[in-house]
Amino acid sequence: MTEWWANPALLLIIGGLLLPLLGPLPRRIMSLALPAASLVLLCCLPDGESGRAVLFGLDLVTLRVDKLAFIFALIFHIAALISAVYAWHLRDVLQHASTLVYAGAAVGAVLAGDLITMLLHWELTAISSVFLIWARRTERAYHVGMRYLLVQAGAGVLLLSGIVMRYTATGDLAFERMTLDEPGSLMMLVAIGVKCAFPLLHNWLQDAYPEATVTGTVVLSIFTTKLAVYALARGFAGTEILIWIGAAMTLFPIFFAVIENDLRRVLSYSLNNQLGFMVCGIGIGTDLAINGAAAHAFAHIIYKSLLFMAMGAVLYRVGTVKASELGGLYKSMPWTAGLCIVGSVSISAFPLTSGFVTKSMILSAAGEEHLWLPWLILLFASAGVLDHSGIKIPFFSFFAHDSGKRCQEAPSNMLLAMGAAAFLCIGIGVYPQPLYDLLPYAVAYSPYTAGHVITQLQLLLFAAAGFAFLYRRGWYPPEIRSLNLDSDWIYRRAAPALVGVALRGLDRLGAAWQGLLGNLARRSLAKVGQVQRHGAGLIGHQSTGSITAWVTGALAVLLMLSFLLGRS
Amino acid sequence: MNEPKHWLDRPQSATLLVRILYLACAALLLADLFYERHGHFEFEHWFGFFCGFGFLAYVFIVNAAKVLRRLIGRPETYYQSTPPERDHD
Repeated sequence: MTEWWANPALLLIIGGLLLPLLGPLPRRIMSLALPAASLVLLCCLPDGESGRAVLFGLDLVTLRVDKLAFIFALIFHIAALISAVYAWHLRDVLQHASTLVYAGAAVGAVLAGDLITMLLHWELTAISSVFLIWARRTERAYHVGMRYLLVQAGAGVLLLSGIVMRYTATGDLAFERMTLDEPGSLMMLVAIGVKCAFPLLHNWLQDAYPEATVTGTVVLSIFTTKLAVYALARGFAGTEILIWIGAAMTLFPIFFAVIENDLRRVLSYSLNNQLGFMVCGIGIGTDLAINGAAAHAFAHIIYKSLLFMAMGAVLYRVGTVKASELGGLYKSMPWTAGLCIVGSVSISAFPLTSGFVTKSMILSAAGEEHLWLPWLILLFASAGVLDHSGIKIPFFSFFAHDSGKRCQEAPSNMLLAMGAAAFLCIGIGVYPQPLYDLLPYAVAYSPYTAGHVITQLQLLLFAAAGFAFLYRRGWYPPEIRSLNLDSDWIYRRAAPALVGVALRGLDRLGAAWQGLLGNLARRSLAKVGQVQRHGAGLIGHQSTGSITAWVTGALAVLLMLSFLLGRS
Repeated sequence: MNEPKHWLDRPQSATLLVRILYLACAALLLADLFYERHGHFEFEHWFGFFCGFGFLAYVFIVNAAKVLRRLIGRPETYYQSTPPERDHD
């Protein structure tokens, strides 16, 4: 029986919180050593439930190790290690500390055996990660961070409400597969959907991730959304609506990515699109599909962080990642360019890369279930991935027209981190069996059949030919300085405008009321005076005291209305 | 600029690369004749299905995005008057 404190998550969280007490060099060493030690601890944990604890009378299972939890916890550790190498040059204790706490919280959430433990870690991921945005220390980052935090906290409240409803109705806190007709489960699905960037709940991701620091964006891209994918795979595998939600997610971000100028935002749309493949796999829910979703999450974390690292290196050296300002950087940053291309071919799922051996599992699962429309959508989206992540990212930053910008190559620690990620992208692609052995279900799957390889190459190279054809004729949309409206427009423009209109309306209404009531009061007082002077009519037999009480009452109401409505 | 012109900077090089790509595409299209297909759907077995689908999907995506840009494209200063600051960390 493992004690509750022998938890890799606690090691990372407490280590991260204590990090500011150390000097600069020990701090950097610990930012590497802690994930490494935590990884060793994770590998030593026995399978099954353990780490029981009692909180406010609730029995918690703080540790549950099975194949699904392990593969996510493992990739979180690998990614945390790579990003620690990438951030080695940093002197910013805030980022080092929040990265460790954030990683620990994410690991704790996937290892949680009950909903309360999951919720507590879930909330901590939101709180710790916002510092990676605020660490940019600009007013813009402050506002973006606040928006991010509000959305994350909102999702947390939804999740909590769902858990409370479930607990009240069933007394059950176990985090297991559930169906949508169970109490609270729909609310939990929506909460997870926010973190997973479901369509229309997605825009916090594209709003916030590109605004974090160079290393912050890399770290953000790893944990939150994949924690949500894990939660879906654990709680909602085989929920049919997820097939369609996932398909929609693969589809709509590709159009935004084509016209987006900020290349880290392009990658954020691309991240959203990749999540769609995983969500679709989870919706299909067969053993092969769940394996595909987990494997794709594993591979995706590596190649996506590689791409974010490459764009981070460009931002670090050049000061911008706007496609309209870049081009020709391969002359200054040849290693970064080469490593970025490895990330691009991996996400595009070229044979011999990690994307190919994982994404093809999801498509095969859709095929096996004869889901022809989702299958076609995923295939269509694969052509889109080739555009925004396969071509646009490397082409417009490192090639295209020469921007004339010359800079140094990325720092050696960044190159090392990108090199490690690129090695894994190719390694998994060439020899996928060790990854397949880690997957939740024992399913024999062979990605390298003649049919798979040829059809995938046909799809990708003909799409690339489409790019060559359009670009050389000048029909490819130019990279221009601009921004594109997305659903964040609703809360950044429409809602404030509506509230403004409502407040102005209330102001006018208030002024009208004040005028009306003032008139009434003046007339009443005049009447009272008149009556008192003539001593007849209205007051009749009533006493002066009761008249005074009425007038006082009317004045009190007038005063209260003035107070409530008179904002100015 | 004094730096030597790189091979990739020459227009002929780009043309050569594109021609190699087109040749690879032609070879892949012909490959459809030489292997046994085990697709899940009937339409996967049509000659050149993946080739046509890849090309047309790509061209459609790019052109649809051009239309989308006209609808939702705004100046960089739409939400705030100053564009994002330079960042080094």
